[in-house]
Amino acid sequence: MQALFALVRAELRLHFSNRRAVLMSIVAPILIAAFFGSLFGGSSKMAGIPIAVVDLDGSPLSRSVVAALQAEASLKTTVTDEADAVAQVRAGKLRAAAVLPAGLGEQAGGAMFGGRKPEIALHYDPSQASALAVVRGLLAQTLMQEVSRATFGSAGLEKLQQQVRGATGLAAGQRDDLLKMFDAIGKVQHADAAASAASAPQAGGLSLPYATREIEALQSTANAAPVAYNSYAHSFAGMGVQFILMSGVELALGLLLMRRLGLWKRLRAAPLSRALLLGSRFASSALISLIIFAVIYAVAIAAFGVRVLGSPAGFALVLACFSLLTASFGLLVAALGRTPEATRGLAILATLLMVMLGGAWVPAFIFPEWLQTISLAVPTRWAVDALDAMTWRGQPFAAALLPGAVMLGFSAVFMGIAVWRFRWEE
Amino acid sequence: MTNEVLVARGLRKAYGDRVAVHDVSLALRPGEVLGLLGPNGAGKSTTVGMICGLTAPDAGGVTLSGGISLASDEAGYKRRIGLVPQDIALYEELPARMNLELFGALYGMPPDVIRRRADEVLAMVGLSDRARDRPATFSGGMKRRLNIACALIHDPEVLLLDEPTAGVDPQSRNAIFDNLERLKAAGKALIYTTHYMEEAERLADRIVIVDHGRVVASGTQAQLHALLPAAQTLHVEIAGEPDDAALQGLPGVTRVGRRLDASLADIARDTGPLLAALAARGIQVRGLASARATLEDVFLHLTGRALRD
Repeated sequence: MQALFALVRAELRLHFSNRRAVLMSIVAPILIAAFFGSLFGGSSKMAGIPIAVVDLDGSPLSRSVVAALQAEASLKTTVTDEADAVAQVRAGKLRAAAVLPAGLGEQAGGAMFGGRKPEIALHYDPSQASALAVVRGLLAQTLMQEVSRATFGSAGLEKLQQQVRGATGLAAGQRDDLLKMFDAIGKVQHADAAASAASAPQAGGLSLPYATREIEALQSTANAAPVAYNSYAHSFAGMGVQFILMSGVELALGLLLMRRLGLWKRLRAAPLSRALLLGSRFASSALISLIIFAVIYAVAIAAFGVRVLGSPAGFALVLACFSLLTASFGLLVAALGRTPEATRGLAILATLLMVMLGGAWVPAFIFPEWLQTISLAVPTRWAVDALDAMTWRGQPFAAALLPGAVMLGFSAVFMGIAVWRFRWEE
Repeated sequence: MTNEVLVARGLRKAYGDRVAVHDVSLALRPGEVLGLLGPNGAGKSTTVGMICGLTAPDAGGVTLSGGISLASDEAGYKRRIGLVPQDIALYEELPARMNLELFGALYGMPPDVIRRRADEVLAMVGLSDRARDRPATFSGGMKRRLNIACALIHDPEVLLLDEPTAGVDPQSRNAIFDNLERLKAAGKALIYTTHYMEEAERLADRIVIVDHGRVVASGTQAQLHALLPAAQTLHVEIAGEPDDAALQGLPGVTRVGRRLDASLADIARDTGPLLAALAARGIQVRGLASARATLEDVFLHLTGRALRD
């Protein structure tokens, strides 16, 4: 045990006295995770989607639509001309631009009953297709509300009644039914106006037939603290996994360098068993990984508001299992590698592939379904998902058991191959 | 085994079709330096690797006094051997003293003994004042000395030195030789591999010459010189171009440019008759110089190649 402790202590000292190694393994993931975390929203609500609206109609209806869009919190609406709006969308400054055509106010009410439909042009940035769906939905909601209000307001109803009375193509029965319906709507509008004088001018129109109550599905009943979703939790999990795996690769390359420098030969000349020699590398690599991950999460918790909303024991289990996985991956790289130069590129490529497929860069739920299935064969996917589960998803200890077992399984396989393929003789 | 601390018998190692070491045997006594002399690729390092347990031999084996072998007691065997690898095998970013303490711990030494031995070996290699410094800041010679110190920390009986002076300046080389002579005087047994015949001549009590993985010759320097047809060489400067035909009938005389080299068993006895024979052939002598035969000559004689080929 004396030899094991001496070797592990030396490796820890060497790693943490190496400024470059510390920078790469601790500072770099924190900086990049902070960047990605802020990019995907941090802990604040999403800013309004920047759009432009062009009013070519200038009617009361189109003006009210513009005002409603400007009042919509989910949008950041500016009013401009069509050329400027299109130019800004092309430049990526706006996600979309809606052009309200001339005649909108005149035609929209009738279009609800089968008349000619005015066409609203919607220019959008193809790189922001997801924003288009949001803009389209909010525009439809706003237009439906404003058009129906204008159509079923007292002036609008009167106009509709005149059109129906003067219509020549309608059967007498049909005309009577329509006029009765408009009378009934008028009575309801009148009653609403009387009930609330203040709201009378705005009364009328169709609105969504439901209201929503939005609840973040994060806190468990056991942990009901009002902590908002924190996108840094995922970015720190992802970047932590990536850079720790990379530091595992560096430790593996260190073993190849030891071979080249003759240090490995000197260690082998000492009365140490092969198990102790490999075990000391494994233990030091796992410890270094665990320390780095703990420091990264300490910074995430202290400076970026990340919280372990799930089981702290489960969180610790996941960190420990991932550290063992990293150490065995490093030994595998050292066993299969020939020279540090030739091995570094391939090992980094393998690491980046594992990290990418593991959902460390973008959450795995964004992947196509087939890729989500395939990525389950990658141990990093289990690590990232488990860290998400233990932090912002607030899952219990049991949710850490399967990912932990999978990581240990991969670790055993990597270790087995490493021992099998390890070159003891130069 | 009589008084030998290490005996290697019939060591053989092949890598595929290439036989790196073929039937090498050697023995080493306490207080003795055995030089393993041969050109690069002769199989010296492979032999050392087999002796210290880094390389498994295909045949043969090594036994230490007391009948200890790698097979019977690997840890006990390794504790009695110190290896100075050909490369500078140090943790360059750990202080010199920490390197020694680490290697001491690997040999299972108690902490207080490690501290005492670290002081001793640092003093011996002249690095006491640099104990806290990292080897990365050392000169090549200092690193070489620390490289040796790390092999001595556990006080081994047998020290295997694989070309320990590669790339060092003459001053550091002399310092290393002084250290090795002190170890020899202290009763340590040393195996010293080199392709510098001057080093082998200075340090070794007995020399094993290896080439292409085989022992070509072994013995003391006197015994090896005795293998030469002549113990000394006479260099004869002559006037004009030498005529090969005129040299017919002069055994042991070879032409080297405008010079003739004559191998003589007894320079005092044989010089006169040689000069008379040259004069009789009309060859005018301008100058004479004598040189003692070296191990280089022995190697050349035995293999037909120079040591540094």
